[in-house]
Amino acid sequence: MKIGIPRAFLYYRYSSLWETFLETLNVDYVVSRETDKAILKQGTIRAIDEACLSSKVYLGHVDALLGKCDAVMVPRIANFGKGNILCTKFSALYDIVDNTFRDNGLQLVGYNMDPIKSGGELAAFLDFGKKLGKKKPESFYAYTLAKQAERIDRQETLRQHEESLRKPGIKLLIVGHCYNIHDKYIGRPVLDYLATQGVTPVLADDADRRKALESAAALTETMPWIFNREQMGAIEMYRDKVDGIVLLSTFPCGPDSLANETVIRRVKDTPILNLLLDGQEGNAGVETRLESFIDIIRFRREAAYGEA
Amino acid sequence: MEKRKISFPHFGSYYIPIRHLMIRGLEIDYVTPPPMTKKTLELGGKYSPDYVCAPFKIHLGCYIEAIEKGADTLIQVDGVCRLGYYGELHEQILRDLGYDVVFVNLARARNRRIRGFYEEFKKISPNLSLKKFSTALLTSIDMVESIDQIEDYLRKNIGFEQQEGSFDRLYEDYLQALSLVESRKEAKYVTSNYIKRFKEIPVNKPLKPLRVGVVGEYYSIMDGFSNHQIEREMAKMGIVVDRYLNVSNSLFHYPVKKMREYIKGYSSYDIGATGTMTLNRALKFAKRGYDGIIHVKSFGCTPEIDAMPVLQNISKDYKIPILYFSFDSQTAEAGILTRLEAFYDMMVMRKEGKA
Repeated sequence: MKIGIPRAFLYYRYSSLWETFLETLNVDYVVSRETDKAILKQGTIRAIDEACLSSKVYLGHVDALLGKCDAVMVPRIANFGKGNILCTKFSALYDIVDNTFRDNGLQLVGYNMDPIKSGGELAAFLDFGKKLGKKKPESFYAYTLAKQAERIDRQETLRQHEESLRKPGIKLLIVGHCYNIHDKYIGRPVLDYLATQGVTPVLADDADRRKALESAAALTETMPWIFNREQMGAIEMYRDKVDGIVLLSTFPCGPDSLANETVIRRVKDTPILNLLLDGQEGNAGVETRLESFIDIIRFRREAAYGEA
Repeated sequence: MEKRKISFPHFGSYYIPIRHLMIRGLEIDYVTPPPMTKKTLELGGKYSPDYVCAPFKIHLGCYIEAIEKGADTLIQVDGVCRLGYYGELHEQILRDLGYDVVFVNLARARNRRIRGFYEEFKKISPNLSLKKFSTALLTSIDMVESIDQIEDYLRKNIGFEQQEGSFDRLYEDYLQALSLVESRKEAKYVTSNYIKRFKEIPVNKPLKPLRVGVVGEYYSIMDGFSNHQIEREMAKMGIVVDRYLNVSNSLFHYPVKKMREYIKGYSSYDIGATGTMTLNRALKFAKRGYDGIIHVKSFGCTPEIDAMPVLQNISKDYKIPILYFSFDSQTAEAGILTRLEAFYDMMVMRKEGKA
């Protein structure tokens, strides 16, 4: 059996966990190609009009896997325990894909992570292994290896992250969901453009998660979504260490619609650019806004030096 | 300390039990926000983030109008969707606008259960008596159940009244009577008395009337102002309008396990918020041969958007038409009526085709 993994949504958080798990179990898999115009177009056709851009990208990736695998992997992840919920999109994703591709006879496979109602990640992966026809000890072994791989991967990310914080010149904190920031068609053009301007992007998503969650309390009291809390914590950690903050969201992200507003209203000492991406073609508009934002920051830095 | 004047945003006719709970349970005054108008929407929209869901904007508009009417304390509830973060941001926006009010945000009590609620309420009602509060809470729950029961009958029958306006007139009377209720006994009496009187209103119901089921998002479906009274408009065309989702069915009688079991063929997991109820009822309406389904939500409501691929499959499998409404603060009245009329015509033609 060959598993297809959509290169979208939480693949960007879990790639090493998922891939190591499948590799250790000797399960063949294929990851869909990087997002391009065709993927977004297919996803937009498949999706409900009003759904968020990121979920349209996701459905485009599932579409791209049709005929290339025997089953598509779609996990259902509701929460990370009490008080740590995810956007309901991740609770619904399995059923969305199942219903959207029903007439294509698409097979789905995945795990259900819902610690509030059932077990934690280990239980979810043992169950996942069972669905793949693997015995419990095999799955357990694969899961431990996968967790190790995830940890090593994360450590490397953290090392690079800290390096980026030490770089001279203008640094911008990029706040956005991993699946938007790293997507080749959505967020990466923003990062690439910053590089051409000699600006160092510092990714909020790369911050130490435990520290970030602790820091978030200073910025928000009741933020229910854990991903947004991580990002808000990173803002709290780095607001004095960067020259500006870019809030990068896709239209019309529910959690970001509220989280960004809180950030804009409470973080007054650092310039903020609120960048809402809607998947329209051409980056000219986005680049113009980034360019003038960087100009403002340069003026601020020069003014600060002038005073000294 | 002077008595606090608390207010909560409009939510259909539920302001009556809410007011009772505040006045009798917390022993503070209650300010009913002024009736919602276009101005409420404009006020709320002006100070809200652009692409937040409509109920957020409507609530903000209600808060501002309630403050202008004299409220000095506001309350917001917790929720399992964006509602869970409404309170914190509403409070921030109102502070930034310079309003000096006490804001009771029940989301703060999220991880502290009953004790958390008690502590939140104690802030505005220092002499809070648990006994008085629980008595008032029980009466309020009875009032909620009463409203839900009466409105359910109304939706199914108002379209067939012999004398136009007879249901509306009695409903006004009923709300007046309910406002005077002080105990569970009185709540029970008012309910049974008015149910009897509603049933006495003569109706001309055909043997097989058109039946439409309504499903969707919690607030927009239950607040007539938010959904431009589409249930009423629909009913008045001579249709039985059936809706299961209301406060009592979602908070007090929610057989979630059974509901999930029923939709197993369409949905493997809970998709969040009211999604399970939406799918369960839609499938039930479909299987019972209703003539159509109306899906109601505010623009961008994620859990309800995620229900839509499933609704589309149910619609295909049972050949039942579904009309999708998505409300934001700018939806035009005329467009809604036109779509309802077209939907009505289509249902009539389908029914004649079948006969």
